[in-house]
Amino acid sequence: MIARQRRLEELRRQVVEVDAVEAARLQQDGAVLIDVREPDEVAAGSPQGAERIVRGFLELRVEDSVPDLDKTLVVMCAGGARSLFAARDLQELGYTDVRSLKGGFNAWKGDGLPVQVPRVLNDAERERYGRHLLVPEVGEAGQIRLLESKVLMVGAGGLGSPAALYLAAAGVGTLALVDDDVVDRSNLQRQILHTDQRVGDPKVDSAKATLHALNPAIQVITHQARLTSDNIDALIAGYDVVVDGSDNFATRYLVNDACVKHGIANVHGSIFRFEGQVSLFWPAYEARRGPCYRCLFPQPPPPELAPSCAEAGVLGILPGVIGTLEAVETVKVLLGLGDPLVGRLLVYDALDQRFTELKVERNVECSICGDGASEIEYVDYGALCSSGVSA
Amino acid sequence: MSHATVRIPAPLRPLVGGVSEITAPGETVEDVLVRLGADHAGFLERVLGPGGELRAFVNIYIDDRNVRSIDGLRSKVSDGDTIHIVPAVAGGRR
Ligand SMILES: [Zn+2]
Repeated sequence: MIARQRRLEELRRQVVEVDAVEAARLQQDGAVLIDVREPDEVAAGSPQGAERIVRGFLELRVEDSVPDLDKTLVVMCAGGARSLFAARDLQELGYTDVRSLKGGFNAWKGDGLPVQVPRVLNDAERERYGRHLLVPEVGEAGQIRLLESKVLMVGAGGLGSPAALYLAAAGVGTLALVDDDVVDRSNLQRQILHTDQRVGDPKVDSAKATLHALNPAIQVITHQARLTSDNIDALIAGYDVVVDGSDNFATRYLVNDACVKHGIANVHGSIFRFEGQVSLFWPAYEARRGPCYRCLFPQPPPPELAPSCAEAGVLGILPGVIGTLEAVETVKVLLGLGDPLVGRLLVYDALDQRFTELKVERNVECSICGDGASEIEYVDYGALCSSGVSA
Repeated sequence: MSHATVRIPAPLRPLVGGVSEITAPGETVEDVLVRLGADHAGFLERVLGPGGELRAFVNIYIDDRNVRSIDGLRSKVSDGDTIHIVPAVAGGRR
């Protein structure tokens, strides 16, 4: 008891204490408020915008959140004692301006300052996503972000199968599937969402059964429909990412134009026999202005020259590679991680086992995303290549 | 005379005997393509339109740069360059 109080007195001479109003003002000026309380305390409410790093992992994780050692930190606990110990440890770690919130969260709340009840992972989620939580680039905040994300899958076939499986496994909270087709036995050579028993069932229903068997907690929304210029706005509104796994140019151009219009990231994958293409068409990407699909291919080929119409067949594993790469890009977009395929086209040749990266430049004269582009009007390319590539 | 290696995309491989790349001589991209077309019937019209222009649904790259951003079909080829032919491909769902 006496030792504890003596130590706290010492700490008060080493760490500047601030009251809640001052802490809020510092936070507004760019200081980072660090809530070091335990998860069950944080679950009941925490200051808005606070970084939440449990005391036990503070020194190990703080640099991931605050790399700048000269940043002003305000450490906070429930009553203002634990935060003094924590603040001193952060000083010893090398942070040059560390304060402690006097009175802790009680004082913050008492002064009527903004509080949020953060989404926290429950025990089942902690167990299921444990390997994500160990990855610093994902962590609890990233996992929560995935759980709150919404992805629209265009096509529940060759590309959509691996993409949807991995996104469901990763805990993307809402997956919507658009596909008007039914499962055919010839699909099963590559469309691993479906099963022999479900031949004849709508693909979206079959897909939902598989995805829920893998991860019952996510929401799977099904649309047994073909995308058209009439329904696309309603279907894609509110989604964070659209994964294009379609099999025809009419849908691909529609998806592209609608994604540009709505500012949604369009994860593109296409396959032919043993070769695939992957890119991310997302002119609204903040870090660099990227191209859209029409910047690369302004118009679809006429049916007689569309190789996908005239010739059929695909190595069954190829959509596994390409669809999985689409899932990788999707998760990166959702978490804001790494360098996305914006402005880059990845071409994969399975026979030569070779990836080639090509630059895709934005076309300033693009009819959809170019400087002079007028309001986007959808084009229905109709029957063009609607027989599909049989990919 | 420069020689470039042309990577043949999967949809066009049946027209060139199934190989994934061919080395051909030429000073420009057009020279190289025309040379391939002379050796392989049916190849050139998949890449170039009736007026000899590059088709809108095909892109040609010299290494990682689209020739549309260089000098189009007249883009110069240097010895050892790799030319990639990248056609629009629809497939994925079915
Ligand atoms: Zn564009």
